[in-house]
Amino acid sequence: MQLNHPAERRDGFFIKALSHISQAPRKNWLFLRFFMQEIPQAYEIVIGLEVHIQLSTNTKLFCGDPASFGSEPNTHVSPITLAHPGTLPVMNKKAIEFAVKMGLACQCEIEIDNYFARKNYFYPDLPKGYQVSQHTTPICKGGRVNITVGGEEKNVQLNRIHLEEDAGKSLHDVEDANTCIDLNRAGVPLLEMVTEPDLRSSEEAFAFLTEIRKLVRYLGVCDGNMEEGSMRCDANISVRKKGDPQLGTRVEVKNLNSIRNVKKAIEFEAVRLVNQLERNETILQQTRSFDAGNGTTFSTREKEEANDYRYFPEPDLTPFHLTEDFIEEIRNTIPALPKERIRKYRVENQLSAYDASVLTEEKEFSDYYDALILHTDLYKPAANWMTGPVKTWMNETGNEIGAFPLSPASMAVLISLVEDGKLSFSIASGRLFQKLLDNPVKEPLVLAMEENLLQESNVNMLEPLVEDVLASHAEKVKAFQKGKKGLLGMFVGEVMKRSKGKADPKVVNDLLLEKLNNK
Amino acid sequence: MVDKLAHLSRLSFKKEEKQEIKQDLQKIIQFVEKLNELDTTGVEPLLHMSEEINVLRDDEVRDSISRETALKNAPLHDEQYFKVPKVIKPPQ
Repeated sequence: MQLNHPAERRDGFFIKALSHISQAPRKNWLFLRFFMQEIPQAYEIVIGLEVHIQLSTNTKLFCGDPASFGSEPNTHVSPITLAHPGTLPVMNKKAIEFAVKMGLACQCEIEIDNYFARKNYFYPDLPKGYQVSQHTTPICKGGRVNITVGGEEKNVQLNRIHLEEDAGKSLHDVEDANTCIDLNRAGVPLLEMVTEPDLRSSEEAFAFLTEIRKLVRYLGVCDGNMEEGSMRCDANISVRKKGDPQLGTRVEVKNLNSIRNVKKAIEFEAVRLVNQLERNETILQQTRSFDAGNGTTFSTREKEEANDYRYFPEPDLTPFHLTEDFIEEIRNTIPALPKERIRKYRVENQLSAYDASVLTEEKEFSDYYDALILHTDLYKPAANWMTGPVKTWMNETGNEIGAFPLSPASMAVLISLVEDGKLSFSIASGRLFQKLLDNPVKEPLVLAMEENLLQESNVNMLEPLVEDVLASHAEKVKAFQKGKKGLLGMFVGEVMKRSKGKADPKVVNDLLLEKLNNK
Repeated sequence: MVDKLAHLSRLSFKKEEKQEIKQDLQKIIQFVEKLNELDTTGVEPLLHMSEEINVLRDDEVRDSISRETALKNAPLHDEQYFKVPKVIKPPQ
């Protein structure tokens, strides 16, 4: 029996085409990227992610130096950061709280008895010669993160989340002769989150990281800014024939400083690895780095050295034990998370999936909507205002919702003015909205009256305008009566123009129809 | 073994030094082997010398030193950075 599926034959062709291109000069990478969008059907990609989450504590993990980003080099340092002899580290309570908070939000099992260990290795930006880490005994075990890709939900299993300290920064391009070291980051608290090899596509990796970024921002444990390095990601990627129970040899891609780059790197690696398998080449276990300039990866470490980190319990720090009360206390500080809010918006407020997802992108944005609907039960119009004019204002001014000048109460009044037919949406979201932003304490209705913006629905006022329009378009009136009904919109538009946008379009519509049909 | 440890500690030794270190290490290993004679079944590993747990501090900024002081003891530095020999090859 012939078991060769047509799809596989096509894949074979696909790979041949690829291998030809990949040997071509570099300028053809763009062409290759065009092909990279799909991986042959017979293969699957297996991805595990390691995410480093820099905690937004005020101070470092083991000393009182500021943990903030962007200061002058080597200004956030103390004898502890510099690893001077005789100094002793002391744990930051807040960092432990944040770790537990993150673990609870990801449904991890929280370890009660904890201690830190030393991971010994030499690198110039690691002053002590060891990193203090929980690599062998994580504070959060297991857990999962729910993602949605292409309308399908999936739970991504976590292996663990543990606490550790960050290293300093090596700058290799400041000068030719030396590497420059900035120790501001040395000792800043990190959570390292490790997933099981559960992800099967670059889209899933993208969705996972987007979810994690949203989650850390909701929890307030990290600002989620990948460009500034507060969230960093390494991807472990392998490919295998579908149905193969064994994992393929993996490569680790480092240096991924945006969620989009993680996606690109996975797409590039998957094609490269499949290509190698198709040519019967052995895949080397490598560490690779992503070049954001051309969307490719390159090998940084050919052979995985037998790392010997000589872990042992950190003797300078006491163990730390958590109590059930402490964990409960932390649990109570966790705000409603995106998933829960989306469910509420969809079920209780009857919003669309789109509205619910836009509203929950940022916690503060969702909080504002929640405050707004305390003042009005016009849930859908309120959502439209948030995702429309308010979002536009944020984009145009580059401001966060926290800087939005109008109070939820004032916004609620503005929305009801439109719903009650006192204002057209275009006037309300355009001129009146702008006036209110300039004068946020003003009562919207008063301002609308002062600015003479209220909608005209008075038939006696509108009738002369309608008559006027019909009189000056006698030809078109005839055409309408002969059946060109589409002209109605043009008549409405003309009346609106003459009323300077203030006429109630529905009243105008009715008036026009009445006149046109009776002529 | 001496070579491996020397590499992990980023140290280099002369031949006669290596001989000396080898002897020291053998003594250390003998000592640990002596300890291994004790039956420690059911004894929890000691994590810390004191009985204390949960020595924690509040998340308040304190005790940083000036950059000038921090850089003072470094063999090589400028006004901003510690400097070390190049640790990666420049990209081709």
